[in-house]
Amino acid sequence: MRKMEPQHDSKWAKFHPVWDGFYTFLFTPGETTKRGSHIRDGIDLKRTMFMVVTALIPCLLFGIYNTGHWHMVPTGEAGAYMDHFGDKLIYGLIQVMPIVIVSYAVGLGVEFIFCIKNKHAIQEGFLVSGMLIPLIIPADTPLWMVAFATIFAVVLGKEVFGGTGMNIVNIALTARAFLFFGYPTMMSGDKVWMSGLSDTPKDQLTDGFSGATPLGELASFVGPKADWALQSGEAFAAKWPIMDSFWGFIPGSVGETSVAAILIGAALLLYTGIASWRIMLSFVAGGFVVGLLANLGFDNPYYQMEAVNHLVIGGFAFGAVFMITDPVTAAQTNTGKFIYGFLGGGLAICVRVYNGAYPEGVMMAILFMNVMAPMIDHYVVGANIKRRNKRLKPKAA
Amino acid sequence: MSRTIKLRKGLDIKLIGEADKVKSNAERSSVFAVKPPDFHGLVPKMAVKVGDKVQAGSVIFANKYKEDVKFASPVSGEIAEIVRGEKRRILAVTIKADAENSYADLGGIDTAGASAADIKAKMLASGLWPFIKMRPIDIVANPDDEPKAIFISAFDSAPLAPDYDFVLHGENEAFQAGLNALATLTKGQVHLTMRGTSNPDAVFTGAKGVQQNKISGKHPVGNVGTQIHHIDPVNKGEVVWTVNAQDVAIIGRVLTSGKFDTSKVIAVTGSEVKSPKYIKTQIGTSMADVLTDNVKEGNVRHISGNVLSGEKVELDGFLGYYDSHVTVIPEGDEPKFMLTKGWMGPGIGKFSINRSYFNWLMPNKKYALDTNLNGEVRNFVVTGEMEKVFPFDIYPMHLTKAVMYNDIDLMENLGIYEVAPEDFALCEFVCTSKVNIQETIREGLDVIYEECM
Repeated sequence: MRKMEPQHDSKWAKFHPVWDGFYTFLFTPGETTKRGSHIRDGIDLKRTMFMVVTALIPCLLFGIYNTGHWHMVPTGEAGAYMDHFGDKLIYGLIQVMPIVIVSYAVGLGVEFIFCIKNKHAIQEGFLVSGMLIPLIIPADTPLWMVAFATIFAVVLGKEVFGGTGMNIVNIALTARAFLFFGYPTMMSGDKVWMSGLSDTPKDQLTDGFSGATPLGELASFVGPKADWALQSGEAFAAKWPIMDSFWGFIPGSVGETSVAAILIGAALLLYTGIASWRIMLSFVAGGFVVGLLANLGFDNPYYQMEAVNHLVIGGFAFGAVFMITDPVTAAQTNTGKFIYGFLGGGLAICVRVYNGAYPEGVMMAILFMNVMAPMIDHYVVGANIKRRNKRLKPKAA
Repeated sequence: MSRTIKLRKGLDIKLIGEADKVKSNAERSSVFAVKPPDFHGLVPKMAVKVGDKVQAGSVIFANKYKEDVKFASPVSGEIAEIVRGEKRRILAVTIKADAENSYADLGGIDTAGASAADIKAKMLASGLWPFIKMRPIDIVANPDDEPKAIFISAFDSAPLAPDYDFVLHGENEAFQAGLNALATLTKGQVHLTMRGTSNPDAVFTGAKGVQQNKISGKHPVGNVGTQIHHIDPVNKGEVVWTVNAQDVAIIGRVLTSGKFDTSKVIAVTGSEVKSPKYIKTQIGTSMADVLTDNVKEGNVRHISGNVLSGEKVELDGFLGYYDSHVTVIPEGDEPKFMLTKGWMGPGIGKFSINRSYFNWLMPNKKYALDTNLNGEVRNFVVTGEMEKVFPFDIYPMHLTKAVMYNDIDLMENLGIYEVAPEDFALCEFVCTSKVNIQETIREGLDVIYEECM
């Protein structure tokens, strides 16, 4: 491998970052410390990113199977959740794996191009983003859209700011936001959440079938205007038991449905100390508190959803574990992390409850908090500075 | 009024190769050296030429911009070489030593009754001044300053660090004499800070005329910077002085006897040392003599100081002026395949503050860490890891970034006056992005020194 290293004067010199990327992937280089701390912690960015990708695997596996399951539901062939295990798995694989491959191939391609152009080493940030993107979009998203969104997110979300570690908003969410606003029909409504549904002829569907996610469907339960909110809340609870939402037996984006799978990932991230427990905890607390407060109102069915149900449904859990905790876009101070997470969680439920037209508020809330994070830090650091200046003053006086 | 402080943040790195508690005499080096780069920022003005005869205590160079501050030869002999580096910068002055030291007569005084002016003049004239360092900036103290306090740490908490209780045992008189001298130099307190969880030697507990503090916790609890921050922090415009515990004894000894006797006990440690032990030697001794027949075969790195903030020296190099510690660890310049020893491997033999490798299963295991970076230099990505090992009310990452973009106001506001590079050693160790933080902080301090002091 060393022999293939492009020399500075050879015609391949500008591809050195690419060589370097592959070489350092295979081998931790023999580079040693020069001075200062002569020994270094065993961890590096590759290991960190690798742990996050590992933590995402339960979500991916579950998402693949869930995609297969909901493909069969509209036509009534699905049966119980574990029936037709092989068929569902194969369908899910065929549907989801291409998205993963396209996301990685396109994203890494863009990274390589920028690294060659800027003569940077290839940094590992996209290892995680490339896995996150497929997990937060519907399984039916056309591959060209995935590619397009990935390019948009990597170029405008990250590279224009200087690459890994410099971005202001979360890359994966940037991709999703791009799809959401660019191709709203593919990212919301009642046609996209069950793979293959839009191609299924109407007459093959079972009677009274709706393809919406539970969250989307909640708004469409009808009843007498006066207690619309209360009644649809009950109807909702009957159709989508909270435990189904917890285990993930509901339609939705590929990786976001199963809180159980997400919790496995969360356990890994928290135990290894890679994700911030401060953010995760305060995000969930924020969502729970706002969920409780919302129960006081009656304006639409979302007000009456149980606070706990808010936490297990839709993208909330996934956002809490994998999205809001992204260290680059989150607040950097420990105090700031609590504030950041709490506001993020609260805001996500706010959007969900008070804006009935758009029940999936997690993406918006997190993107908004990404932008706000430096401001939170600014005030937290400012408090530290004030404390230091105060120490000086009594002496001066 | 003594203080007791407990710290929660920090990290003890357990390494193989702790020194056995036996003192032996090193073979006397034939060559000694005083290295101007040990005194950061110093521009030396030479007082001797190659071939000159010197005695122990003769001045060999002075600070060009502060000629009061003189640096003396630790041994008697003949100036062998003035080693120069780039731009003719003087890297070392080597002295070919006589078999026996002959001392220049500096005239002994009784430190207990002496006046501040006497002590100061004596210390400056006899080359003792460089033992005093100042915060902020962490350089040799400026004799014109009025320090608000003087801090001495009675223990070293760095990995494999020498045990001062053992090293200074029985040096009560010299140590007390040194404290007396230092006490005259400040209007404030002399703080002697001991480890709260152990029973310090009588040389410390019996010290008079000082404020005795106790502090407990993990490394960097023994760093004098940590202690200053928690006892009497440095604000803008203030100065405190710091002295190493062994150097206090040297100051005391030299002032009372009038002989420039810089013998000290150093710990020879590390996983690549055959029999780690304590050795009695002198400042400026050559590494080869300290390590004679005591280093294992193979590609190793010799460090004067501890593994976190020491200086890399070759085997034909010399012990650093302030160091009482030599560490030898394996070089890690071999590429590591990802699945076995690299980033995807199980990480046996790797130490990490995170639990992403399995080292957390063995909390008491001792490690033989090498000098591999264990990764490549990256932009900052992970946050919060430095705070875990940085027991200051300072935001380490924000301060480091402020230095990187050279914002002097922000550096001041974030507390650069309180820190020295060594305080950031653990931050550098844990940094996932492998940024050289100590070097960065030193650059920041240089800027501050130039612009604000």
